[in-house]
Amino acid sequence: MSAVFDEKIHTTLADGKLQLAIYTATGRLIEKRRKAITPEGCPDYQELRTHANAVKRHTIEHLDYYLEEFARNVESHGGKVAFCKDAEEVADFVLRLAKERGATLIVKSKSMTTEEVDLNERLEHHHLESVETDLGEYIIQLAHERPYHIVAPALHKTREQVADLLTDRLGVPRETVIEKQTMIARAVLREKFLSADIGISGANFLVADSGAVVLVENEGNARLTTSAPKIHIAVAGIEKMIPRAQDLGVFLKLLGRSATGQPLTVYTSFLSGPRRGDEIDGPDEFYVVLLDNGRTKVLADREKRESLYCIRCGACLNHCPVYRKIGGHSFPWVYSGPIGAILTPQFLGVNHEPGLPFASSLCGACAEVCPVKIDIPKILLELRSEVKEAEQRQGANRLERIAFRIWAWVMRHPRVYELAGMAAASLAPTRDDGGWVRSVTSAIRPAPLRAWLSQRDLPPSPPKSFRQMWRER
Amino acid sequence: MSREHVLHKVRTALGRSAGQPVEPPPPVHLSIAETRIEARIESFCARIEALAGTTHRAESPDDARNYVARVLNGRNAVASNAALLRQCGIPALAGVESGITGRARLRALCSTAACGITGADYALADTGTLVMLASVQEARMISLLPPVHIAIVERDRLLTGLDELLSILPRPAEQTSSMVLITGPSRTADIEQILVRGVHGPGEIHVVVV
Repeated sequence: MSAVFDEKIHTTLADGKLQLAIYTATGRLIEKRRKAITPEGCPDYQELRTHANAVKRHTIEHLDYYLEEFARNVESHGGKVAFCKDAEEVADFVLRLAKERGATLIVKSKSMTTEEVDLNERLEHHHLESVETDLGEYIIQLAHERPYHIVAPALHKTREQVADLLTDRLGVPRETVIEKQTMIARAVLREKFLSADIGISGANFLVADSGAVVLVENEGNARLTTSAPKIHIAVAGIEKMIPRAQDLGVFLKLLGRSATGQPLTVYTSFLSGPRRGDEIDGPDEFYVVLLDNGRTKVLADREKRESLYCIRCGACLNHCPVYRKIGGHSFPWVYSGPIGAILTPQFLGVNHEPGLPFASSLCGACAEVCPVKIDIPKILLELRSEVKEAEQRQGANRLERIAFRIWAWVMRHPRVYELAGMAAASLAPTRDDGGWVRSVTSAIRPAPLRAWLSQRDLPPSPPKSFRQMWRER
Repeated sequence: MSREHVLHKVRTALGRSAGQPVEPPPPVHLSIAETRIEARIESFCARIEALAGTTHRAESPDDARNYVARVLNGRNAVASNAALLRQCGIPALAGVESGITGRARLRALCSTAACGITGADYALADTGTLVMLASVQEARMISLLPPVHIAIVERDRLLTGLDELLSILPRPAEQTSSMVLITGPSRTADIEQILVRGVHGPGEIHVVVV
């Protein structure tokens, strides 16, 4: 585990207010989802999951076919498709278009994919104003931070912090009433919508048989982003594909329920191309940017390919006992929680943060709530062994290897094992009242052992071992 | 651009060759329950009200117009070009602008109007959803920019739910560049999970079933 990861985790754990904020918000989301998937609320919930998994598997296994079909259909409706291999190509595409059209102001609706490629920073570097319009994303942008959660980006911010941000960045009088804060943002962003040259959205789904981009939201900012400016650019990872518009019957029902407990979100937009002949409004130009940025690397790995089934509902974050303690910003990349723990090493390499696949109790809650049934614990285990293989190649962490060899040897020799048990029992720290020893620290000398024990509580050593009791029975 | 480059990497990763056919995808999973029209209307209205919208079951086009007039209560509005609105006499109401076909004028009106009045191509009973297809009759902005959205739906347009919509409209892109499903007023809970309505879209929604 890197020092940065370790430090971020401890900072989060030490912040009582933040702990409460994360716990409350994720707890509410858990509760909302639970109510939405009851037999009354969604009788065929498990069937839908199985079906969604089958459709995603099929699409990912034949992705080249569906990408071509999608591109053909976008073009037949007068839109254009740009394939980009990395972050730089996405930024170049937007910059070139902005330059050709003389655009200066861009409005954006929430998109994890554009976070992934740092699009705002890249555009601002070239003096384009790029404004986030989802309320949570807007707050995060004002604070110059990364989203804390895939679905609720400002989950960690309190109304007081938002009040300070609005006053500091917009020069408005301090306002701590959430309704009024929201209306301040509405007024500022409404002006932006009406004067923006380009709207950039993400995509929840790409529909191959229609050449359509599907966007799911509650605020209306995605609708405004995609229909007020004259140019709409949707930026999406290639894995967002589904074969048919009719598959939305399965995916929309799962996405809203898993993310926020809604049978359908307030707005679902199904967009295919620029406005047509007699339509009164809508964009004149429609572009879909299809991004690789490491996805084909994941695709090549048969065992872990299913990581690409993810529909970004955030349910695995809410249900993860680790995420609920260490929060979103402890994670080393834009994707946090269990899905982040499997995507980050695959996109950026296991060495980016070797501790990441180990930051899990493997409890399996993530797999249980995943609407497309990604086996996250299995993939975490695969990644752990990749981290260890890499360490072995680099000759790193020799001490651990030696320790495990000794452990294996001891386990194969019953007498030695028993002696080791007795030695450990006599050496282990105890408490006078016979209770558990919490956070063993000072007494233990070897540094690696101390680090390991500092995170664990030790039960009192029993007076007799199991073997002794067995002999005396 | 990187089109061929990316497609090549995808094919290599999957061990497929260019133009290789695919086996058919898993069958479409749509389940449509048979529900009587009365039950559909009841469910539709209940769902909208649960989302803090208001509903009115109009007995006649005149009744619909009178209801809309009461909601407007003297406020100005932009109405879409839907035939149903004309049949109900909405354009004749005081303070209502309609018959707009130019984008610039429509946007200017919508950004100052108190209310937007539209029809709906379909409605979904089990979720309380309005289905709007952009066309010369229905612009996108009328249900989006004004703080109040009033929609008039014909009762025979009420479907059981999303699955029935997708079976009637298997390819929405053949009809419009934009199909939007609207389920209740615009909302956010991005600050401390506190629900606030009307963040970007209309915070108030009134639906009339004729």
